[in-house]
Amino acid sequence: MSALTALARLRAVREGVAQPITTVRHCHLSDRPMVFIPLRMAGEAAAPLGAMVGTDPEHPRLLVVPQPRNRDLRFAFAGELAEVLLPYIEGFGKTTETVEKRGGEPYERCLDAPQILVPNRPAVAFTGLLGRSTRFRRADGPYPVHPSVPLLGRWLTYFADRSAQPGSSLLPAVTEVLGAHWATGQSGLEDANLAALLGWIDPPAGMDGRRAAQEAEDPLLWPPAGPATDPGFDNEVLAPAIRAYEEAPTSRAVERIARALRTQLEPTWRLMWRAVELLRALPEGSRVADRWEVDRGSFTRFVERIAEGAPPQARRDGAVSAAARLAGLERARASYDVQRAYDDPLVMAEYRLTGEAFAGVVTGAEPEHFEGEGRSRKLRPLIRVRTDDPVRLAPGTAVGSPDRRGHGAEVLGFADGEILLKITKGMGRGKVPAPGSVPEPGERVCYTSLTDDFQSSAALPDPENTPWTHGGPPQEYVPDDDDAQEEWS
Amino acid sequence: MKRLDALRGPVPPRPHDARAIAALAANPGCARRAVLDAAGVDKDGTARHLGFPAPFGQSQFAITRGNVFETLVKENGCAELLRLMRELLGLPVAQVGYQDVENVGSHLRASHTRALIDRAARESEDSAVFYDHPLFSLEIAGHTCYLEPDVVAFQLGGRFHIVEIKSFAVIDGQAEPEKVAAAARQAAVYVLALRTLMAELGHDPERVSHDVVLVCPENFANRPTATLLDVRRQLAVLKRQLTRMTRVDRLVEDLPPGLTFSLDPDSEGVPTRPAAELAEALARVPARYAPDCLSTCDMCMFCRDEARACGSTDLLGRQIRDQLGGVSRMTEALALAEGAAEPAEDQEEVARLLRLANRLREECLA
Ligand code: SF4
Repeated sequence: MSALTALARLRAVREGVAQPITTVRHCHLSDRPMVFIPLRMAGEAAAPLGAMVGTDPEHPRLLVVPQPRNRDLRFAFAGELAEVLLPYIEGFGKTTETVEKRGGEPYERCLDAPQILVPNRPAVAFTGLLGRSTRFRRADGPYPVHPSVPLLGRWLTYFADRSAQPGSSLLPAVTEVLGAHWATGQSGLEDANLAALLGWIDPPAGMDGRRAAQEAEDPLLWPPAGPATDPGFDNEVLAPAIRAYEEAPTSRAVERIARALRTQLEPTWRLMWRAVELLRALPEGSRVADRWEVDRGSFTRFVERIAEGAPPQARRDGAVSAAARLAGLERARASYDVQRAYDDPLVMAEYRLTGEAFAGVVTGAEPEHFEGEGRSRKLRPLIRVRTDDPVRLAPGTAVGSPDRRGHGAEVLGFADGEILLKITKGMGRGKVPAPGSVPEPGERVCYTSLTDDFQSSAALPDPENTPWTHGGPPQEYVPDDDDAQEEWS
Repeated sequence: MKRLDALRGPVPPRPHDARAIAALAANPGCARRAVLDAAGVDKDGTARHLGFPAPFGQSQFAITRGNVFETLVKENGCAELLRLMRELLGLPVAQVGYQDVENVGSHLRASHTRALIDRAARESEDSAVFYDHPLFSLEIAGHTCYLEPDVVAFQLGGRFHIVEIKSFAVIDGQAEPEKVAAAARQAAVYVLALRTLMAELGHDPERVSHDVVLVCPENFANRPTATLLDVRRQLAVLKRQLTRMTRVDRLVEDLPPGLTFSLDPDSEGVPTRPAAELAEALARVPARYAPDCLSTCDMCMFCRDEARACGSTDLLGRQIRDQLGGVSRMTEALALAEGAAEPAEDQEEVARLLRLANRLREECLA
């Protein structure tokens, strides 16, 4: 949380409407996202109560579990969910492109990938738990389920795992995405309420953000976006409806529960699509496509794993893969932060605030400056930049610039409020700099010490060489009958 | 004591629970909460009467599930719990005793708990004992609070363990971090209370283990599993916060004479006090609102409204308030940022930062 966001929140309070904290959109947004709003029964770890799901805003599919404590009904729910999700997911696996890799074998990558939008972080966690409770089931044996159920479980697990990856857009939590683009006039804690957050960002006509957010806190007007339900709804509406179903499990009783759940899900359904519209209206950052490409690659590998008949994901990571995963997440986080700054001057402003970046006007340039003698004589153009930013970069620091890809420089020193820079990269191979590769006097430029080339992580042993202190080499995970028959009560 | 009774009005005081104490300790700077709690005021009822009910409803599904699980763990003199403890602590326990303190009636529970713990601490033999429904007391801000844990203390090899029974699931060895954290904060209150009791009885307080036994359902079934939870850090925080709290008697001294938060209930118990008058009375005790209050204190909606009315930066959260260098009004912070106000002496640094932030925002959004 920086002074910039703090200021944006103050402005939001004064203006009565949320303020942008980015100038572009930093997440991928599919042309055809799947919206998934799951509800969980209160007090249970992973008992689904129902869900609203679909790709067409006008035609949501409502799934209902009339008695969430009944195991068979839960698996029936999982089967129905699979009916909606699997064709959507698998559809993306069919069209691929061939990627030529320098020094490697060419490989196939899906042209596009599925994107499942859920309201919030708890919905992501619940998606993971649904995956966990279904992926080990079997279509044969003592408690058979429909074959689509374990497959769904593996996909849900995949999506939930992947969403821990900074910059991934396969399973975004909409409150988080919105909160990364707008600052509201309330606290971050209150932003977790989707209706309140959207109330600030997009208040209805004739209402200011605060009023809209306040209304959004009334569960009768705006039911919570799940997975937790409103306790008042549970006690007054749902409990009697479930009791009626237990006494007489008729289609009328099911219909009563379905109607009740619809009242809780429909408002959120509309909000989710409103959020999609708002996000779509933002221009996409230039590195978003690069990150989506990484998502597509990851998705493709999982499609292949499934096709190869690999076993479901293990219950727990081994020590080495856990460490590798953590290191990977850290790298992804750092890289994501840098990419956002390079894509967006308002994000870069955060680093200008701390002195890790500066922007200013070029006051002088010496494009044909050389260093060294004879064979080691190198082209090293010099520029001077005037800035009002509080720069904190020591001489010798390597800097990059969002203005030119592949451009690099080194801070030489400061004099009279000006910074002297030596261009080290991106001038082309000629005797003189390639046209446009050296900033000219009068040009506005921005430089920063943030760079996206991170060192590869500390060497971790291969999983089979895990030291005994970390549990020794992991056993290949083979799900057994116990897994398949695990209680889900 | 008289004074606190007068503040509360003609109703019996509300008992504290560990959750309330943990929450109180989480916001040690709030005099309002400290006074209301010390006086045993029904904060929930007060907030309702003011027209600001807290959004803390509980689903009957969750309550039922919690009760079912607790019963399961405590059934047959805590037989299931014994099995779990044997496994967890790896100790051969042949014999086990079970003492339900609740049987003695509420007025004797505290002294009975005391006597039982004293006896257990003296006896050296290695028989385990469960104490169901004990009643502890703990001094908070110079005021004695009674804790009614539905928790069981267990004595084994001369050590006491606090047992917390929670109905959130542990799945593949992991549970929701916030829930575990909340359980640890609560358990720390019990550990502190039991240690205090031990010290009062002349025993070594360290015989109360800082490893709390957390009992939760495992995976997706109702079967319980036990884990040791080290609450040393929570204990340290709790102790520090408790010493930081101003003594309640001093807070009360500063209040105008005749002040009361009584709801003036009629013979049916229905409040008759005008809400505006009650709100005015409450305003005499300073609050320190933070968004965290929204999940911990019954007064949250009232205090948030008050913070809004005066445009306090507290509304935006502690992190933002820190960013604003403690400037307390939103308009003041904006004026500093936009150069419409001259910074006071201690505000120069934050003013410089805010003005820079303001320039950068303007520049990037132009
Ligand atoms: S809600 Fe009000 S009374 Fe309660 S802790 Fe927060 S500021 Fe204090």
